[in-house]
Amino acid sequence: MKKSLHMIIVLVIVGAVSGTTLVSMYNYAQPLIEENKKAAVKNAIYKVLPETEAYEVIAVNDRQVYKAKDDAGRVIGYAFVAEGSGYQGKISIMVGMDSKLKTVKGIDILESVETPGLGAKIQEKPFKDQFKNKSALPEITYVKNKAADGPNEIQAITGATVSSSSVVRILNKEIAGLRKALLPEGENTYDETQAVTGATKSSGSKK
Amino acid sequence: MTDQLKQKPEETTGLIPAQSLNKTGVYRLYLDFIKGLWQENPVFIQLLGMCPTLAVTSSAENGLFMGLSVVFVLTCAAAVVSMFRKVIPSQVRIVTYTAIIATFVTVADLFLKAEFYPISIKLGPYIPLIVVNCIILGRCEAFSSKHGLIRSIADALGMSIGFTLALVLLGGIRELLGTGKVFAFNLPQFIFEGFNVMGSGFEPWIIMLLPAGAFIVLGILIGLMNLIRPRP
Repeated sequence: MKKSLHMIIVLVIVGAVSGTTLVSMYNYAQPLIEENKKAAVKNAIYKVLPETEAYEVIAVNDRQVYKAKDDAGRVIGYAFVAEGSGYQGKISIMVGMDSKLKTVKGIDILESVETPGLGAKIQEKPFKDQFKNKSALPEITYVKNKAADGPNEIQAITGATVSSSSVVRILNKEIAGLRKALLPEGENTYDETQAVTGATKSSGSKK
Repeated sequence: MTDQLKQKPEETTGLIPAQSLNKTGVYRLYLDFIKGLWQENPVFIQLLGMCPTLAVTSSAENGLFMGLSVVFVLTCAAAVVSMFRKVIPSQVRIVTYTAIIATFVTVADLFLKAEFYPISIKLGPYIPLIVVNCIILGRCEAFSSKHGLIRSIADALGMSIGFTLALVLLGGIRELLGTGKVFAFNLPQFIFEGFNVMGSGFEPWIIMLLPAGAFIVLGILIGLMNLIRPRP
């Protein structure tokens, strides 16, 4: 009886001390962790839309979209997170677009677990820079083994077709959804007559 | 301290001759510490804690932070276990040690997330997994539960620093061969591209960044260590 009591007392004390320590540590750490997460989002927005001075968070399709404004308060574009599955796992992309949601201003890869040295190259500057000032209409497309041609075309990474095409697919899906939700009727569909000069063919997947 | 000098030779893994353990306090403390670095290195000699060793050593930076977290957890846990070793009933000792270890691991995890956020993202689930790292429970059970506070701390520091050195070595080799650079750092406090040792003409060995490379490098390192050290 004495032994069991001893065991119970020790375990209760261990539990109580452990719980108290963890609660105090949590209270100290949680605000810092929230700040870190917000700072990571803010950094990503500034990376894709460098002229942003301030941003406003709006909710679209139960997701958060960041309305980027310059120092005069004018809307200069939108930034949002697009997610989807890549070759090995989830890819999370911060996208910056102009205020008409027609041109992609830049992207940044927030999360990805693609193959190191191959698919992971989507996180590197050369791949991401391709998306600067690319037209998102009617959709972004990719080509393999040759240089990108049209205003909405990028070149896939050699040996990482699935990762590259996943990025393109994720972007197109998110942009289409956002255009429907944010732009007024009549502006949110693609019309051949609005085509940017230089796009000689209508898009489709090119091989 | 006198009761410690009267104790009979402590059990170790048998790799250190028993007579050297009966020396005076400071030298014995030194031996307690130094054995974890080389003779009884947890990774290369005892082959403990292989899972995080293989998983997080894709770069020297990752290996360093994982190792430092283990230094913190093992030293604190060993100190607490040693301080209360006479009070904890032996039937519930493993449960108690695990609870103590888990508390310190959670503290370390929260601290990393708060102060070194990018590293905590990269190390991901492997920090919470320190709870089940054999090295920590192993040292608490084999040494801290049977020895005084100062000796337990020395042993814990030696083992965990030995672990850190092993991880940095493994991570450094894999990072060097897998990216051409070594010791790249990406922290909020400090960004460094890494020493470009291999030069720009080097085509990285991608396999070194994948799990297969971890096994290969670790196996070769263990083989080399076995060649160098004298047979007991």
